Amino acid sequence: MPTTIRPSLSSAAVAGLAALLAVTLAACAPEDDTGGTTPGVSGSADPSDGGDCGPENLETLEEGMLTIATDQPAYEPWMVEDDPTNGQGFEAAVAYAVAGQLGYADDAVTWTRVPFNAAIQPGPKEFDFDINQFTINSRRAKAVDFSSPYYTASQAVVTTGTSPAATATSIADLQGLRIGAQVATTSLDAVTEVIAPTGGPAVFNTNDDAKLALENGQVDAIVVDLPTAFFITSAELTDGKIVGQLADTGSGGDEFGLLLDKDSPLTECVSSAVDALTKDGTLADLEAEWLADVASAPVLE
Amino acid sequence: MTTGPSAVELDRRAYRRSRARRSTLGALASTLVFALLAYLTITNAPGWPRVRATFFDLEIARESVRPVLAGLWVNLQVLLIGAALVAVLGLGIALLRTLRGPIFTPLRIVSTIYVDIFRGIPLIVVLYLVGFGVPALRLEGVPTSGFVLGTAAVVLTYSAYVAEVFRAGIESVHPSQVAAARSLGLSHRQTTRLVVLPQAVRTVTPPLLNDFVALQKDVGLISVLTVTDAVRASQIIVGQTFNFTPYVLAGLLFVLLAVPSARLADHFTVRALRRQQGGSR
Repeated sequence: MPTTIRPSLSSAAVAGLAALLAVTLAACAPEDDTGGTTPGVSGSADPSDGGDCGPENLETLEEGMLTIATDQPAYEPWMVEDDPTNGQGFEAAVAYAVAGQLGYADDAVTWTRVPFNAAIQPGPKEFDFDINQFTINSRRAKAVDFSSPYYTASQAVVTTGTSPAATATSIADLQGLRIGAQVATTSLDAVTEVIAPTGGPAVFNTNDDAKLALENGQVDAIVVDLPTAFFITSAELTDGKIVGQLADTGSGGDEFGLLLDKDSPLTECVSSAVDALTKDGTLADLEAEWLADVASAPVLE
Repeated sequence: MTTGPSAVELDRRAYRRSRARRSTLGALASTLVFALLAYLTITNAPGWPRVRATFFDLEIARESVRPVLAGLWVNLQVLLIGAALVAVLGLGIALLRTLRGPIFTPLRIVSTIYVDIFRGIPLIVVLYLVGFGVPALRLEGVPTSGFVLGTAAVVLTYSAYVAEVFRAGIESVHPSQVAAARSLGLSHRQTTRLVVLPQAVRTVTPPLLNDFVALQKDVGLISVLTVTDAVRASQIIVGQTFNFTPYVLAGLLFVLLAVPSARLADHFTVRALRRQQGGSR
């Protein structure tokens, strides 16, 4: 009797549903627009002769244009007034110098603002290279490409005159204090590995938060790279003071590199452009122009 | 006369069983087909090898487990302390808002303003204002620790939400209940404690547990005040490796944390339903 009212779940409907799902999912599948390019073609010859690294050969995002990224806001002394297009500040100047070395006139350079996570994510990038004090290390190099280093920075401890850190003369003096740094920076690694404060590091979202906490007395000192330390103690903190620079962990400081997409066809050319600028002294000149004389800070042991 | 079910009833039960089996099998089949299609679509995507290397790196997951778990412990501490304070403060504000009588007007206004403000401001803004603003006052004895100030900010925001949930529960108790209690000679205080609150709290237990699950995730936001919780611990490793696996790990751990609360909420909902409907299903 009950069988008379049994509706049948038709297997055709199931198959139809499955087919529909398959179509929908296939339509959602992203296309990889970078996978088809062949990095070997343009860069196969020796890139150091410069012949293959001109705008006519480089597979940039936009043909004939070089798209350079940095974070927003960008800080002094790396960029001035959060405006990379004015070419002022060390990194803005380096970016235009690299572009010039590759054969791009200043008006063939476009800037884009890319936050940290967007710069390191595995998907297609919105820039040809990113300049934002990225420290080169081998683990990061598994996820992105780096150019040759354009600057080597050491880390420095910054405090205010009223803080207990102001009288510190050694790393041991700092260990019992509250030391902060920005997340995802080598400054934070320096706090953890070189100073190793007993209470652990205080980790901030940005250097701005760290500076505020320092002025509030919520931390006793913060660690930033040395050029930034000179800038914030002279221009931003009231009664700011550099305790000293940290003896680096052996590699001669943090090497800053331009960041490119993993296996970018541009990496070789950008690297050789940076090498050329190092060799002809341009980078040293820009350092002298934009970065304070960093040798004057005492080294903490 | 036999006491067992009739042949018709037995037939009916057998039919229901067969239908249940059938729909289980149908659900299983469609789930499997869907999972297979999703798997094939994702693993055949052109970017899959890089996604796998960036988000599912076992080696990085292994080295992240300890710091992320240590961070999760901080999350748990804030959660438990915060939830207890939120329950007390939220209930207190709800009681103030539901006070009758012209004398209590200032209390009602203050509690209404409190709820409006803290339900309106994004939690992250409250965290910045409390976490960096309060220490800037440089008052003696006021804590500067991110843990304390962060927990305070979370409690301020969530108490506003929970107060509204409690108020809804209190107002859902029928006025005749209060009238009956007062006619029995109970004072206002006794009526609230013995008649209104037990019924109100039972009604709102499921939404309260829902807020508890939401709180579980939002306690992670206090990392902006230098508290190294699970998310911040992950972020530190992401910064060192440019690999997002620690985030996936932290996400999984948060899910594990949320599942018991979600099941508990389901359990209470079902129980409340059963009691209210008294077997009429």
